[in-house]
Amino acid sequence: MSSAAALAPVPSGAGEIVYQLSDVGKTYARNAIHALQGINLTLRKGSFSSVIGSSGCGKSTLLKIMAGLIPPTTGRVVLQGRPVTGPRRDIGMMFQQATLFPWRTTLENIVLPIEIRDGAQAAKAAHDRARALLELVGLKGFEKNYPGELSGGMAQRAAICRMLITEPAVLLLDEPFSALDELTRDFMNMELQRICASRDATAFLVTHSIPEAVILSDVVYVMKPRPGRVAEEVEIDLPRPRTLDMITTPRFGALVERIRSRLDKEAFI
Amino acid sequence: MTAPADAAPAAGAETIWVEHVAWFDRVPRAIAMAFVFAVFIGLWELVTRLGVVSPIILPTPGETLADIFLVGRNLIGGEYMLAALWTTLKEVVYGFALAMAIGFSLGILVGETAFGERAIMPYLVAIDTMPKVAFAPLFISWLGFDIESKVALAAFIATFPIVVGTAAGLHSADANARMLFKTMGATRWQTLFKMKLPTGLPQIFTGLKIAAVGVMAGAITGEFLGGGRGFGELIRVASTQLNTPRVFSLIIYLSLVGMMLFGLVVWIQRRFVFWHKDRVVGGEL
Repeated sequence: MSSAAALAPVPSGAGEIVYQLSDVGKTYARNAIHALQGINLTLRKGSFSSVIGSSGCGKSTLLKIMAGLIPPTTGRVVLQGRPVTGPRRDIGMMFQQATLFPWRTTLENIVLPIEIRDGAQAAKAAHDRARALLELVGLKGFEKNYPGELSGGMAQRAAICRMLITEPAVLLLDEPFSALDELTRDFMNMELQRICASRDATAFLVTHSIPEAVILSDVVYVMKPRPGRVAEEVEIDLPRPRTLDMITTPRFGALVERIRSRLDKEAFI
Repeated sequence: MTAPADAAPAAGAETIWVEHVAWFDRVPRAIAMAFVFAVFIGLWELVTRLGVVSPIILPTPGETLADIFLVGRNLIGGEYMLAALWTTLKEVVYGFALAMAIGFSLGILVGETAFGERAIMPYLVAIDTMPKVAFAPLFISWLGFDIESKVALAAFIATFPIVVGTAAGLHSADANARMLFKTMGATRWQTLFKMKLPTGLPQIFTGLKIAAVGVMAGAITGEFLGGGRGFGELIRVASTQLNTPRVFSLIIYLSLVGMMLFGLVVWIQRRFVFWHKDRVVGGEL
């Protein structure tokens, strides 16, 4: 076990920088709460990063800043060379709930981002791309089904398609499978890896689950609360593609243990 | 050893058993409804036969049925009762349309803007708690004895459920859906028409169903208090003439109109809110 080598932050991958956060902070002035302080993150093309921490460590605030939903108080947030000053079409997002609209078919749900940004004509033109995405996530043949007819896992697959339809440069994943049962969740994580790899996607995952973060990521950021900051950057050097069998390997166990010890010591004060 | 009271099944026997459902819960719906109707008519007949109440107060089912035919012939023949029904129908339809126009506008204002919710909603609640029928004399003195005053009262009663239904419907979208629309860069109008309004349709239709009942009550009350040429006036006249069977048969025809209006709303709801399983009373009408 080379835990000493892994302690040093390692620049992951050689891909170009897609998303960069420098010294980002967020203060809620009214009660002087430092939600975030001095966050530095670099997401490279094709990399998978996760952030893990206890409730209230500022993960959600960080994700909202990265999605352009709320402004930071300090620092720079730059996606593809342009500062993020609001929601953008090159940011794809996915939530714990699939949030499909029951009056739209699966296909209509998937092209919704296009319909909102470019109008109904463009949405219609995107139907073919939506069908290709459905095939990618294994939902071929469910175009005309309504969300009420989909299982939880299938609904999240459709949500993945909706996130990918605008071909975003970065995928922000807010505990995307935590509402699913554990067997489905493991399987969906492997599917997510396959989908990300097939599109060379840059992904950023917020999660509560250490094994999930480890099995999916190239880098795991461990966050501490009050103020919310990155306590440690753990590089995950497991070979790709990852498989569920790796969960039982000593290396996997050592990485999980390392992140857990960090959380135990600092996060639950 | 505690053996069951009845003989214990032999080991290896199949455990097939039937869940017990009371026989009266297994009766088909049509038969059950017909049975309740027959019991009701039977009791009615019994009460009148025994002379417990005066025939002026309660006519026999037979007398009522005869008058239903009489009124029906008058309606089909296109005589004065059809004109009266037409007048009342106009009041109901105009009143409902007016209530929807005002109700949706105010509902969106209250449900969509913080100003509306904070500054307008309290006044709406205050007016809604007033007995709205008490405004009838005012409407009559403002708008006269023709249908305008009845339309106003009908709309006045029916507006509030639509406002409340619309405002509640707009609030029913969850935080994730709102955040999703924000990340897609949706405008306020897009968020309203593509997400909040469709999400709120079940509540909006609940408001419309309450309004559909209220609008009838408003029109008839207006006619009772302000005269005119509608069905309410026919009922009032029949009642002063102690023609109780006529009152009964007119009410039955009115209730048919009310059920048709209610049924129309339910039908539209079924078509537009097909994704929402409505188990509210009246959903099966």
